[in-house]
Amino acid sequence: MENLKKKFAGKKALTNLLFIVISYAIITFLLKGGILNRQYTSLLVPIAVNIILAVSLNLITGFLGELSLGHAGFMSIGAYVGALITINMDAPEVVELAIALIAGGAVAAFFGFIIGMPVLRLNGDYLAIVTLGFGEIIKSILISLEITNGAKGLQKIPLYTNYKSYTLVFILMAISVIAITNIVNSRHGRAICSIRDNSIATESIGINVSRFKVMAFVISAFFAGIAGVLYAHNVGILKPTTFDYNKSIEILVIVVLGGMGSIRGSIIAAVILTALPELLRGADDFRMLLYAVVLIIIMLFNHSKIKEGLYNNNTIGKLFGKKTDKKKVGE
Amino acid sequence: MALLEVNNLGISFGGLRAVDNFNITIEKGDLYGLIGPNGAGKTTVFNLLTGVYVPTDGSIVLDGVKLNGKPAHDICKCGMARTFQNIRLFDKMSVLDNVKTALHNQVKYSLLSSIIRTPAYFNAERNMDKKAIEILKVFGLDRICEYKASNLPYGMQRKLEIARALATNPKLLLLDEPAAGMNPTETQELMDMIRFIRDNFDIAVLLIEHDMNLVLGICEQLKVLDYGRIIAEGDPVKVVNDPRVITAYLGE
Amino acid sequence: MLTNILEQLINGLRTGSIYALIALGYTMVYGIAKMINFAHGDIIMVGAYALYVAVALLHLPAIPAVIFTCVVCAVLGVIIERIAYKPLRNAPRLAVLITAIGVSYFLQSASLIIFKATPIPFQSIINVDSINIGGVTISGITIVTLVVTTISMIILTFFINKTKAGSAMRAVSEDMGAAQLVGINVNKTITMTFAIGSFLAAVAGILYICQYQSLKPTMGALPGIKAFVAAVLGGIGSIPGAMLGGIVLGIIESFSKAFISTELSDAIVFSVLVIVLLVRPSGFLGKKKSEKV
Repeated sequence: MENLKKKFAGKKALTNLLFIVISYAIITFLLKGGILNRQYTSLLVPIAVNIILAVSLNLITGFLGELSLGHAGFMSIGAYVGALITINMDAPEVVELAIALIAGGAVAAFFGFIIGMPVLRLNGDYLAIVTLGFGEIIKSILISLEITNGAKGLQKIPLYTNYKSYTLVFILMAISVIAITNIVNSRHGRAICSIRDNSIATESIGINVSRFKVMAFVISAFFAGIAGVLYAHNVGILKPTTFDYNKSIEILVIVVLGGMGSIRGSIIAAVILTALPELLRGADDFRMLLYAVVLIIIMLFNHSKIKEGLYNNNTIGKLFGKKTDKKKVGE
Repeated sequence: MALLEVNNLGISFGGLRAVDNFNITIEKGDLYGLIGPNGAGKTTVFNLLTGVYVPTDGSIVLDGVKLNGKPAHDICKCGMARTFQNIRLFDKMSVLDNVKTALHNQVKYSLLSSIIRTPAYFNAERNMDKKAIEILKVFGLDRICEYKASNLPYGMQRKLEIARALATNPKLLLLDEPAAGMNPTETQELMDMIRFIRDNFDIAVLLIEHDMNLVLGICEQLKVLDYGRIIAEGDPVKVVNDPRVITAYLGE
Repeated sequence: MLTNILEQLINGLRTGSIYALIALGYTMVYGIAKMINFAHGDIIMVGAYALYVAVALLHLPAIPAVIFTCVVCAVLGVIIERIAYKPLRNAPRLAVLITAIGVSYFLQSASLIIFKATPIPFQSIINVDSINIGGVTISGITIVTLVVTTISMIILTFFINKTKAGSAMRAVSEDMGAAQLVGINVNKTITMTFAIGSFLAAVAGILYICQYQSLKPTMGALPGIKAFVAAVLGGIGSIPGAMLGGIVLGIIESFSKAFISTELSDAIVFSVLVIVLLVRPSGFLGKKKSEKV
């Protein structure tokens, strides 16, 4: 029998912290050394935004096990709430941004609560289409409201999170990722994962399934809202059509390619998939085609027999992340 | 007062009376068996007791608390835990995490302390690990607690499911065909384990089983169900020799 | 007022019946392969471009052009199934969903490269005079749309319920494993389902393009998503459900555009979907599945 590896939660946290510090150091070095050109520095914040979006969606899709096609809706709520605050407020930058982040996250979380309710009655594809519907409803409402300036959208949002303030964005991203990771590795996270594995058994061991389903939606929406605020203050303009279901699907693709339920996978996939279209910029018209082909090939390869022979794991995330034990226990 | 008192329990699915006029009284420390031919309504009784189905009529009282109408998770909190006929483990989670999940209501800390990792979190997690390992030891699963639940062989999965139910600190444990798919050696081990947990965890056990060796080996009392009704009850040896029971199993 | 309501009702029936045709493709594929074919909407777009190629570039007459379009789409549907979905038959459903999204992106960007992003104007091939019944004008395209969709649905219903191939399809959708055990060629049945679904999408594409008379690579996305909603509304997997869902959706959309607000019409459509699903969690005609404990 294998000798039992004792878990050292502290040691694991230390590795993660080290990883965060090193990646920050590398970014700073590349930026200050002038190695990154403008095209790449402008990617820093979008990458961080996508990491938060992917990791938060992973909580619903990977850990709770429900397919959500409306994540962009939560993001748009955070973006609009945050932008309206900073446009209309007159306070120091830090104060404005702090309030925008908290309010953006909180309002998005409230919508997560509202959308989490039907989740209790529905599951599978019916739930997926309802989340898609909610995303589209939010979009239509943004188009028809006066305060959001309709289809024209919001302009002149102060650029508080452009690449110059990458340190702040990096810290916020790290906090978001750590917070979600910590939730996953707690009694609350275990309750959420157990619903994914078997909701009837979860109920039978005294866990209120409804409560934790809604909780997962609320937490996930909160962080999507935060990502939205960062996004709004990075691009400076908001249009409702940016947040249609294609955006939701883009985030879902990151999560699935990174590996369901793998946070490291989501991070790596977010970096690659945000940078990929830029790297392919030279190919112009062909870059979407290449992206599509790459996507199909990765999915086919991930579930092919060749892959099974090569590795014991089946996603990018697992390549870097968790060890899976395929070994069966001998009798 | 008895631990579990069930009176006149019944449920109808459309026009079908799946369970009718079911009564049972279980005292602390009892080892009770529920048998009957396939489709007799045994699992339905379990589902009624644990809140998966809401009974059409009758009452369920556990340790002085009325249970009918409560949701399944509340019933568990009141002290009733169960296993399932078709094993329902948390497949993608480790053996240890399966049991730790069941400790959800035993060891608590807030969402905030899990996010910012307060000392309360670390203490509670350590406490959970200790408790979980203790329970897993009873079933000899402590050495493989890092394995994924779905990678365990069948017999071990059944044991893990019992361990998980036990972790909710029940007063009454319901086992749905615990020996199904086990070989005679494993069944023998299981019988010892059931006696052991009854004695050491201070609980009563109600079990559904087709394996007559197990039923006659450990059950102190029996109820026989056929077409949703109790057709015989009492001392196991007498019950299995009851002509009505033999007819129910073998026909005229 | 009454004529206005009647006209909107007829408008709703027209768009609704196009949605229904597309929804049939979604629902049939879902019923059999248990997958949401996200690329289905883009088959409409391919159909529209195929018709454009046949009519404007190859100068084919209307009937051969329509046949050409339907064949192109049916073959494309089968090819997509063979290359992208078949290898994933036993993969997790989410993997298939992502692949379908990949196929959708592929079709859109391929047509973007071939036909460029600028919308191409298209002259309708349907030349039927409009008629006037009691002050209500019904355009020629509406008449043709209603007639064509009604005929398609009757033929499909007959095919599914009365032919051997149709009962094979129903068997596979009930239980793929069991269907295989009784000797049904599952692969052939799935191929056929994709061919029929894409054929119907081609028909929908032709009717759609004759209505809107402008082609662009992303034109399939919106009717696609609406039709998907229609399929879910009717109960995904159910063929009469898809027809009903499509028509209900079309009418709701037409009324909310005319009487409430154009901008909010999408929100209204989706709100109806959410409300219906809350009352009937598996749609109008969907089968309710409960897990046995």
